[in-house]
Amino acid sequence: MTHTALETRALCKSFGALTVADQIDFRLETGIRHALIGPNGAGKTTFVNMLTGRLAPSSGQVLLDGGDVTRLSQEARVKRGLGRTFQINTLFRGMTVLDNVALGVAERQRVGGRPWRPASAYAHVRDEAVDLLRTFGLETDARRRVVDLPYGKQRLVEIAIALGLQPTVLLLDEPAAGVPSLESGRILDALAQLPAHIAIMIIEHDMDLVFRFAQRITVLVQGQVLREGPPAEIADDPRVHQAYLGERRG
Amino acid sequence: MSETGYAASPRIRWTEWLPWLAGVAVFFLLPEYLLFGARILTYILFALSLDLIVGYAGIITLGHSAFFGAGAYVAGILAAKVKLTDPIVLLVAATVAAGVLGVTTGAVILRTRGLTQLMLTLAIAALCLEVANKATPITGGADGLSGVTIAPIFGLFRFDLFGKTAYLLCLVTLLAGWWLVRRLIYSPFGATLTGIRENSDRMHAIGAPVYRRLLAVYTISAMIAGVAGALSTETNQFVGLNVLGFEPSGELLVMLILGGVGRLYGAFVGPVVFLIAQDALAKQFPQFWYLGIGLMLVLVVLFARGGLLGLADALAARVRRSV
Amino acid sequence: MDALLSSLVSIAFHGVAYGMVLYVISVGLSVTMGLMGFVNLAHGVFAMAGGYILTSSLGRFALPFPVAVGLAFLLVAIGSMALERGLYRHFYGAGELEQVLFTIGLIFMAVAIAQLVFGTLQQPVALPPWLKGQFPLLGRDFPAYRVFLIVVSGAMIAALWFGVERTLWGAMVRAAVDNRAMAQSIGINTRQLFALTFALGSGLAGLGGALGAEIIAVQPTYPFEHLIYFLTVVSVGGLGSLRGPFVAALFIGVSDTACKYWLPQFGAFFIYAATIAILLWRPTGLFGTRV
Repeated sequence: MTHTALETRALCKSFGALTVADQIDFRLETGIRHALIGPNGAGKTTFVNMLTGRLAPSSGQVLLDGGDVTRLSQEARVKRGLGRTFQINTLFRGMTVLDNVALGVAERQRVGGRPWRPASAYAHVRDEAVDLLRTFGLETDARRRVVDLPYGKQRLVEIAIALGLQPTVLLLDEPAAGVPSLESGRILDALAQLPAHIAIMIIEHDMDLVFRFAQRITVLVQGQVLREGPPAEIADDPRVHQAYLGERRG
Repeated sequence: MSETGYAASPRIRWTEWLPWLAGVAVFFLLPEYLLFGARILTYILFALSLDLIVGYAGIITLGHSAFFGAGAYVAGILAAKVKLTDPIVLLVAATVAAGVLGVTTGAVILRTRGLTQLMLTLAIAALCLEVANKATPITGGADGLSGVTIAPIFGLFRFDLFGKTAYLLCLVTLLAGWWLVRRLIYSPFGATLTGIRENSDRMHAIGAPVYRRLLAVYTISAMIAGVAGALSTETNQFVGLNVLGFEPSGELLVMLILGGVGRLYGAFVGPVVFLIAQDALAKQFPQFWYLGIGLMLVLVVLFARGGLLGLADALAARVRRSV
Repeated sequence: MDALLSSLVSIAFHGVAYGMVLYVISVGLSVTMGLMGFVNLAHGVFAMAGGYILTSSLGRFALPFPVAVGLAFLLVAIGSMALERGLYRHFYGAGELEQVLFTIGLIFMAVAIAQLVFGTLQQPVALPPWLKGQFPLLGRDFPAYRVFLIVVSGAMIAALWFGVERTLWGAMVRAAVDNRAMAQSIGINTRQLFALTFALGSGLAGLGGALGAEIIAVQPTYPFEHLIYFLTVVSVGGLGSLRGPFVAALFIGVSDTACKYWLPQFGAFFIYAATIAILLWRPTGLFGTRV
């Protein structure tokens, strides 16, 4: 039986006269692979920022696991199981790959604020971080500074950090963005490996990725939900084609 | 800089004992310079406190002298006016006072960013200076607070004219401060600070209570600066307006950049080099000294962002490559 | 009652004169910070330079007053262009800490050079006789110098506001302050725009420093002492805004004068406390839109 992991009701956001989100009703079911697509400027990242608490909506509600989180901070939502990645790499640039992931793991294990014993003494944090890196094939890069990695690998670190939080809901903002198509296969593999019980939503422009990954697709145009349904329906809908005129990429 | 974190060894390397050896050696070998030495040690402690904020947490402040001054004046006022002269009690009182000032001002400024934050640090420091300047009955105003006498430590070690007791007190206090800061930096909390500096947005997104952590480190830093201020009062048996305002904050920032910001020992190297150079040059050619400092600052920021320690690292790397 | 009214008028008058000078000096800082996001703590150096140019022109070279003021504007504007091209340019992409350190370094150097060339004492201002007397207005006598300040500053400010509202340059500045990336993408050469605006803003600072030489003493510690006032005008007024700093400058001018007159034992305490309170209430300043 599916269960609603993340939901919005009549979510709206305006900046003065500019409406970027208009009465968005959205449901993400547990274990479902959901994709959010739409032309540039449709308001997708704004929507994600409202889901995670980075941006406050003008009106409407955000519900996580049935509970109203609209007023909660980013940190509080993370503690309730909401994780995200960023469209542009938002990594701890000067730090090692291991530390990048370990920071998130430490927060989840609630030892991030401990001021006394050295960090390296927390073996369970380090071990879990290394395990996570291993699932992405990054364990040999653990001691390298993340800024020295190729862009595709950095994108993987971005996902690994989010997974370190052991989220029940994961929002991936253009995980393949900027990655050369040769390397995006790796991203797809990583996505395929994600645990089945996590509800995942990706925002993507890469339609190949979307149609291979998603079980449901929501189309957002100018802040409004145009259409939602399984991939086959979306692919055939003429309105979706029109919205994307000139936007199709390989 | 990536020597801390979850894969770093916290064991104290043998090179880290060298400063302490030097500190003890100075005590025996250079007895005429002990008052000056105490001053250097005080500034190293002060610089450590600033590095926690600027180098590790990444908050830029031009008003750190407010905490140094608060500690200095609280120690001075308690000694001169309330006749509370035990040196250890004064250190504790200064810590508490600076801590209170730190947590109240931190709560206010840490919710802001950019120019507003910088401006608030300046305004708070200016406010403290103005209070010290105008509250003459308590603080001595522009003439400073004299009549500060400090009792012997534990009733045994008198504060002598040569500064022997003062020097040792500063050395021991610095050791304690260094040890505490070092533990903090190597801990998960320390990793958090680096994370906040590197990417504060990401820290929010992994569920870290960023504001709380910043407030904690700001308060700790204030307390350490307060202890440094009290040491200054105890060493000189005097406190004047020169412990407050933009100039000591600016000078401290220069010392830290000179040594190398964001690395523990930059706070050691910077004040030593700066204060010795100042003692040698500034008396003779004060304007050229200021010119030199300004020029050095511009050059360091242009070409040697890691300060002297950064240059030393680069040199060591080059030597290693050619070997 | 009449004495109270008299002192109120006097304070308002002196306060407005001081405030307008503060504004002329600080407006350049507001625009350049809004335009380029660059924290230029050394802005006071330009004002100080203007002050020294004026006092030297009047004293050592015995030039007429209007010429001295014009020189202050021109020389500082040209000098700032050289500085911008030679040094400032390297720091546009740099972090805030680097910008702060760089500009502090500039202040140290400027203060040292001023001390070396002019000595540590305050420079005397040899005002021409027509500025030294009293000026009758509405049945009262006001110091002619301050009337002159208010009138000339007012004219400069009006010209500036007209320039920003009506000229192409002004439109480009407003666009770039609002959204730099967007402005670049529609073809505005923001580098050149900034260089020009920086020169204008610094020139105005020099002009303000020259005009205000009688009320803001010209001495080597100038950039340190008044840094906080210039920054307060900009941050309380709002980065990148023109009107905001005007209101802030008048507020500071009048309250500072009032406090120094009525509550000298508190000094500048209330200004700092008010600044902190306003910034907490409105972190972007009274009229600003960004930090």
